[in-house]
Amino acid sequence: MTTGRAALPPAPGPVVHGPVTRTDFVRYQGASGDMNPIHHDEEYARAAGFPSPFSVGMFQAGLLASWATDWLGAHNVRRFRARFAEQVWPGDTLTCEGEMVGDLEEGGERYVELELRCARQTGGVAVRAWATFAVPR
Amino acid sequence: MADRQALGHTGAPFRLDVERGKVREFARATGSSNPAYLDSDEPPCPPTFLTTQFFWQEGKADAWQRVALDQQRGLHAEQEYVFHGPPPTAGTELTARSTVTEMYTKQGRRGGELTFAVMVTEFRDADGRLVAEARMTGVETGGVPEAS
Repeated sequence: MTTGRAALPPAPGPVVHGPVTRTDFVRYQGASGDMNPIHHDEEYARAAGFPSPFSVGMFQAGLLASWATDWLGAHNVRRFRARFAEQVWPGDTLTCEGEMVGDLEEGGERYVELELRCARQTGGVAVRAWATFAVPR
Repeated sequence: MADRQALGHTGAPFRLDVERGKVREFARATGSSNPAYLDSDEPPCPPTFLTTQFFWQEGKADAWQRVALDQQRGLHAEQEYVFHGPPPTAGTELTARSTVTEMYTKQGRRGGELTFAVMVTEFRDADGRLVAEARMTGVETGGVPEAS
């Protein structure tokens, strides 16, 4: 039996972003290389049936990834999976949070598993994510 | 309209160098002020950084193009990154290759058929070691996706 596992750093509280703007979307698009016009071109978005451009799902996923790496370390991430649910619109306020749901040993290494959520001000979850981090000894 | 013929298609290999300036730009664009990304000489890739394969996966390397999802009815459903060890740091030269591994349809909750496609990209270092994998799931809806 393993006893006395090292304590993890304390979990950070929720982090709030926004209200998010078209500038946030465009900056993310420029950084990522995904230039789909539906996220910044008003006319294109309307022609596709949307009231305005909406955010890139991967922007919200990135905010969650930042929340998790701030907690458990940039070098320690081993898996990150995001599922996109609700769209995010200009003016939305986003809250990123999560918790540890697993703590395991594999091949002599310790890993923790997280569940993460990025929610809109409506309470609707825009992105759910699952992450695995190695815990250095 | 999604093209089922894309299933199994593998793109040409392409190179992606992990660059310090790109890591900084990406970290800032995703709300991070972590000094591990911003101040280090050799910052690691943020968890979703390899999405920057968009910059490098062009022409014959772009396996996703074959899937031909309608950009106005297409949505990103899910995205996963797996790192086989610490994420690669700035200065690492990665060689990547993408394959369309799955295509399937489901009945949508609001009616209409949804077409899903999955593309897996493998990233190897200069020694040929598999350091990371990306798995992208896209979906094409039957009509204009309803605004939430």
